[in-house]
Amino acid sequence: MSGPNTSFDPKQVAVLSAEAITAMVATARAAVVAAADLAQLKEVRLAHLGDRSPLALANRDIGALPPAAKAEVGKRVGEARAAVKAALDSRQIELEQARDEFVLAEECVDVTLPAARSPLGARHPLTTVMERICDIFVAMGYDIAEGPEVEAEWVNFDALNVPPDHPARTMQDTFYVTSSESGVVLRTQTSPIQIRAMLDRQLPIYVVAPGRVYRTDELDATHTPVFHQVEGLAVDEGLTMGDLKGTLDHFAQEMFGPGIVTRLRPSYFPFTEPSAELDVQCFVCLGVSVDNPDVPCRTCGSEGWIEWGGCGMVNPRVLQAVGIDSSKYRGFAFGMGIERTLMFRNGVTDMRDMVEGDVRFSLAFGLES
Amino acid sequence: MRAPVSWLRELVEIPADQTGRDIAARLIRAGLEVETVETIGGGVTGALFVGRVVEIEELSEFKKSIRWCQVDVGAAGGGIRGIICGARNFVVDDIVVVALPGTVLPGGFKIVSRETYGHISDGMICSERELALSEEHDGIMVLPAGTPGADAGPIIGVGEEVLDISVTPDRGYALSLRGIARELAISYGAPFQDPGLTVADLRAPATNASPAQCGSEDFEACALFTLRTIVGFDPKAASPQWMKQRLTAGGMRPVSLAVDVTNYVMLELGQPLHAFDLDKLNGPVRAGWAESGSTLETLDHVTRNLTPDDLVILDDDGIIGLAGTMGGLDGEIDADTTNIAIEAAHFAPSVVARMGRRHQLSSEASRRFERGVDRTLAPYASARAAALLIEYGGGQYVGMTAVEAPHEPSVIKMPVSEPGAVAGLRIDAHVVVELLVAVGCEVLSSDDQLEVVAPPWRSDLTDPADLVEEVVRLVGYDLLPSTLPVSVAGHGLSKSQRLKRRIGMTLAARGSVEVLTYPFVSADELADLQLPLTDIRRSKVRLANPLSDQQPYLRASLLPGLLSAARRNLGRGMSGVHVFELGSVFQGENTGLAPRPSVLIRPRDDEWAALNELLPSQPAHLGVVLAGEREEAGWWGPAQPYGWQDAIQTALLIADVIGAVIRIEQGIDPVFHPGRCAEIKCAGVSIGAAGELHPRVIQAWALPARSSALELDLDQLIASAPDVRAAPAVSAHPVAKEDLAVVVADSVTVAAVTQALRAGAGELLESIRLFDLYRGPQVPAGHCSMAFALRFRAPDRTLSADETAAARQGAINRAAADCGAAIRGA
Repeated sequence: MSGPNTSFDPKQVAVLSAEAITAMVATARAAVVAAADLAQLKEVRLAHLGDRSPLALANRDIGALPPAAKAEVGKRVGEARAAVKAALDSRQIELEQARDEFVLAEECVDVTLPAARSPLGARHPLTTVMERICDIFVAMGYDIAEGPEVEAEWVNFDALNVPPDHPARTMQDTFYVTSSESGVVLRTQTSPIQIRAMLDRQLPIYVVAPGRVYRTDELDATHTPVFHQVEGLAVDEGLTMGDLKGTLDHFAQEMFGPGIVTRLRPSYFPFTEPSAELDVQCFVCLGVSVDNPDVPCRTCGSEGWIEWGGCGMVNPRVLQAVGIDSSKYRGFAFGMGIERTLMFRNGVTDMRDMVEGDVRFSLAFGLES
Repeated sequence: MRAPVSWLRELVEIPADQTGRDIAARLIRAGLEVETVETIGGGVTGALFVGRVVEIEELSEFKKSIRWCQVDVGAAGGGIRGIICGARNFVVDDIVVVALPGTVLPGGFKIVSRETYGHISDGMICSERELALSEEHDGIMVLPAGTPGADAGPIIGVGEEVLDISVTPDRGYALSLRGIARELAISYGAPFQDPGLTVADLRAPATNASPAQCGSEDFEACALFTLRTIVGFDPKAASPQWMKQRLTAGGMRPVSLAVDVTNYVMLELGQPLHAFDLDKLNGPVRAGWAESGSTLETLDHVTRNLTPDDLVILDDDGIIGLAGTMGGLDGEIDADTTNIAIEAAHFAPSVVARMGRRHQLSSEASRRFERGVDRTLAPYASARAAALLIEYGGGQYVGMTAVEAPHEPSVIKMPVSEPGAVAGLRIDAHVVVELLVAVGCEVLSSDDQLEVVAPPWRSDLTDPADLVEEVVRLVGYDLLPSTLPVSVAGHGLSKSQRLKRRIGMTLAARGSVEVLTYPFVSADELADLQLPLTDIRRSKVRLANPLSDQQPYLRASLLPGLLSAARRNLGRGMSGVHVFELGSVFQGENTGLAPRPSVLIRPRDDEWAALNELLPSQPAHLGVVLAGEREEAGWWGPAQPYGWQDAIQTALLIADVIGAVIRIEQGIDPVFHPGRCAEIKCAGVSIGAAGELHPRVIQAWALPARSSALELDLDQLIASAPDVRAAPAVSAHPVAKEDLAVVVADSVTVAAVTQALRAGAGELLESIRLFDLYRGPQVPAGHCSMAFALRFRAPDRTLSADETAAARQGAINRAAADCGAAIRGA
C-alpha cells in the first residue's frame, strides 16, 4: 500500500469507478436473489460483504486516492455496501420465514390423538349427592353429624320412641349383631344420629347427618339391604312445622331448581309427632303430566309429585329420652333415601347399578352428580 | 286394608259425585295411605245381562260334554239366545250372567257370535274367573235371583271400586270399614252411622240352656273376654252373595257361613272374632299363659312350641288357640257344627306382637291387635256376628258371658293454643275443640287448658303431641306456612369431613374410581386373605340374621369387598381397574348385652359411656386395589401394569394431600407379597400396609398377577394432619446441585440411605432424589449402587463451593456411619 499520493493515477484506482461499484452491487444482488436457502445466503454474504469481497477490497483502496476524491468515492462505496447488506437482510428474513414454515409444517401432529393415558377416575354419585345435600344445609348453618353403623338398639329404637314390642320395629327389618337379644343392631335408619346429636351437642342443634343404613331386604332392582339416608334435625326454641316446611322447600329448590316446592301428607313415624310424608313437586314436568295422557312423565309417573322422604316435629317423648325440656324446646326432623333421590334425580333405573361397584357406572358421573 | 266404596257409602253419606279417586284423595289428605284404587271387573267393557236358562240340550257327540242352552236375556238383551256352554253346574230356570257379542271380557277377550259344536253360539255364560271377580272357575255363576234382561253388573259387584290402604302402625282403627268411614265423615262433614254402636237385637230363647263360660287369667294381657253361645245352627247354610262379594273385595276368601260372618264383622268393625264348635269344648274358655313345653297345632297345620310368654286360649282339655293370633285345629267349627261359641276379646298389643315375632306368624287378627283394637268393641262385634249367624244360618241365641278388667280412661291435658303454636298457624280454640270432637274425643274443659279423653278406638292418642297431630292434619298440612328458622352460626365441615373429601377428590382425579361395597364377608374370604386367626382383620362382629349364611360377618378390612369389585370389573371386560373405598370397618368384639337405659330421662353419663363402649370399634379406613393395566397399550407404546409401587405411591399421595407425614418401611403382612409389602407408619404407629398382594390372595380372587393394594386407618392419618400448615421460606438465591452415588449392601433400603444423607447434609439441603439404582459387575456382589441428586440452597446467600462440598461430605459421612455406605468412585 502506498502512502498519500501527491500524484493520482486513475488507472490504478479504476476499481473505484462508479461503474465498477455499480456492477459489484448488481452482481451481489443477483447472487442474493439466487440464494435458495439460508446456507447459500450465508455464502453469498461472505462473498459480497466479507473481508475478501470486491466491495471490501474496493474500500481498502480508497486510501490510495487523493484527498479530493476520497470523500466522493468513500460515500459511493459505503452506499453500495449498505445496499448489498439490505438485500442480504431482506433475503435472510424471507428465507427464515420459509424455513420456519417448512419446519413447523413438518412438525404438524394429529391433535385428536387420544392423550389421556390415565383418564379421570370418579367418586361414587351417592357420595357426591350426599355432599351436595350437606353443603346446602351447611350454608343454612347446619353442622354435619355422624354416628356408628353398628348401633345400640336403645339408640336406634328405644330412644326414638319405638318400644320393644311396637309394630314399628317390624316396619324396618333389622339386622341383629351377635344375637337378637344383644341389644346391638346394624342401624336401620340415620335417625339414631339424632339421638347422638342431642346427647352430645349443645342446644340449639342444627345438624344434617348422612350415612349408610341396613335392612334385611334382598337386593333387586328397587331394594338393597345396604343403602344411604340423609337425616336433618333442628332443636331450638319456638320452631314450628312451618319452619320445617320452609326448610324443606328451600332444600327442594336447591336440589331441583327454583320454584320447586314440597308437599306434606300426614303419616306416622314413632319419633315425630305430628309426622308427614314428604313429596317434592316433579321438577321434570312440573305437574303438567297429571291427567294429561298426551305428555306422560316418567320421572313422577304422571303423578306430579315424587315421594321423597319423611319428616315431622320431634316427638316430645324423644326429647324426654335425651333430657331436653320439651316445654321450652321444639324440634323438627326429616330424612330421605339417597339411592331413591339419585334414581329419580339422575334417572338411575336399577338399584343394582349403585351397589355392584361397576366402575362404568360411577365413571359416567365423574366428580359431580 | 281393602275398602269397597259401596260399603263405605253405606256407613257415611259421601256425596254421590265422588269417585273412588276423589275419596282416596280425601283419605290421603287425612293421613291414610291409599296405594291403589281398583275397579272390580274393571276389564269388562260392555254390558252383562241377567239371563234365565230356558232349555238345555246335552251334546254328547264331542270329546267333552257340551251344552246347547237357550237363555232368556229379556227384551233388552234380544230375547232368547242360543249359547254353547261347557259348564254343568246349572239347571233349567237358573239365573246366570250372560255376556253378549260386542262385550269385551278381562284380558281383551271379545265375545262374538260364532259357530261352534255345530251351533251358532250367540254369547257366553260367565264364570267368576272369566269376569276377574275371583279365581273361581269350577262352574258358571248362578245367581240367587234376578230379572232376565237386567244389568248384571251391580248384582255381581262389577264396577265396584276398592281402595287399598297401607295402614301405619298407629292407625289400628283404620283396619276396619268403620274407622275409614269415620275419617271420611270428618273430611266430608257428613253424617256417620257407627255400625259399632248398633247393638243387634238378640233375644235369648225360652230354654234352660246356659251360655258357655269364659274367663281371663291375666287382666293385663286380656282385659276383656266375652263368649256368645248359639245353638241349633244349620251347618249347610250358605253365606249370602253380598257377603261373599264384600269379603272377596276385601281380600278374604269366602269359606263357610260361620267363618265368613266372623271375617265380615272383623272387616266392618275391626274386632277379630273366633268361632268355636261348642260341642268340642270342655269347661270354661279362657285366656291364660301357656305352660313351658306345651304345644299347639294351629290352623295352618304348624305345630307351635309354646313358652310361658305365649298367651293362649284354653279350656279344661288344654290349649285351643293362640290368643288374638290363630286358632288351633281342635275346637274348630267344621261342616257338621251346629252349636257355636263366638269369642270376642281384647288382648294387649305388646303380648300379641311378641307372639307374632316369636312364632313368625302374622294374621288378620294379630295385625289388628298389635295396632290396637277398640277396647270396648268386643261385645258389640259378637252381637253383630251372632245376629248375622242367626239371620242366615238359623239357630237360637243362648246368651253371653263376659269378664272385664276395670278401666279408667286417661285424661290428656293440652293447652288449646298448642296445635297452632306447633304448626306455626293460627288455629282458633273452637276449631281445635271441634276437630277433637270430630275424631271422637271427649273434650272435658274448654278453657285454655283442654282436658281430653280419647275415644276407645284411638289407643294411639296418649300424649298432647298426638292431639296436636290430629288437629293439624285435619286443618290440613297444605295450609302450613313456609317459613325459615332464624339462621344459626354453624361450624362448617369438621377437619375429618373436609380432609376425606380432599382425599376422595384426589384419588378420583388420579384415575381411581370410588365404590361402595357391602360390608358382609364370609369366613372363606377371611381365609382367602391368608389372615391368621389372631389378625385384627379377622372379623369378630357377626350378624345373628345375615341375608346369606355364607356371609355372616361384618368386614374388619375393606379389602374383601374391593377385591371382589375389582374381579367383577375385570370380568366385565375392563383391562385394568383402580378402585377405592372410604368406609367404616368393624373391629373388636361385641360381647355382653348392650344396656337399655330408661327412655323417661336422659341416660346418665356412665350409662351412655357403657353403651358406647359395648359397640365394636368402627374406624374409617381407606382401601385401594390396583389390578391389571394402569396404562393401556396405545400409540404411545405398550401397556403398563399396576404394581406395588403404585399402591405405595398412593399412600404417600394422600398423606401429602392432607399434610400428614407417613413413613414407608419394609413390612410383613400376610395379605401381601412377603418381599413387596410396605408398612405405613404415622407418628411411629403402624396405620396400614401397601404393596403387591400375596400370590395366593391374587389367585383366590382370580386377579391379574402383580395386583396391588393399600389399606390404612384414615382416622389415625387424619388425626395426625396439621390443623394449620406453616409456610416455607422460599429462597431466591441460586441452587447448588451435587450428584453422588453410594454402594450399600442389598439389605439397606433407599429410605434408610435417604434419611442418613438428609440428616448428614444438614439444613442447607433443599431436596434429595434417587435417580439411579445399579446392581452388576461394577459393584460387589450382594451390594447395589444408589445415585442421588442433591440440591443445596441457603435462604440468605449464595453458597460457596466450600460450603456445598462440606455439606456433601457430611451427607456421605452420615450414610457411611448409619448404613455402611461407601462413596462410589472414591
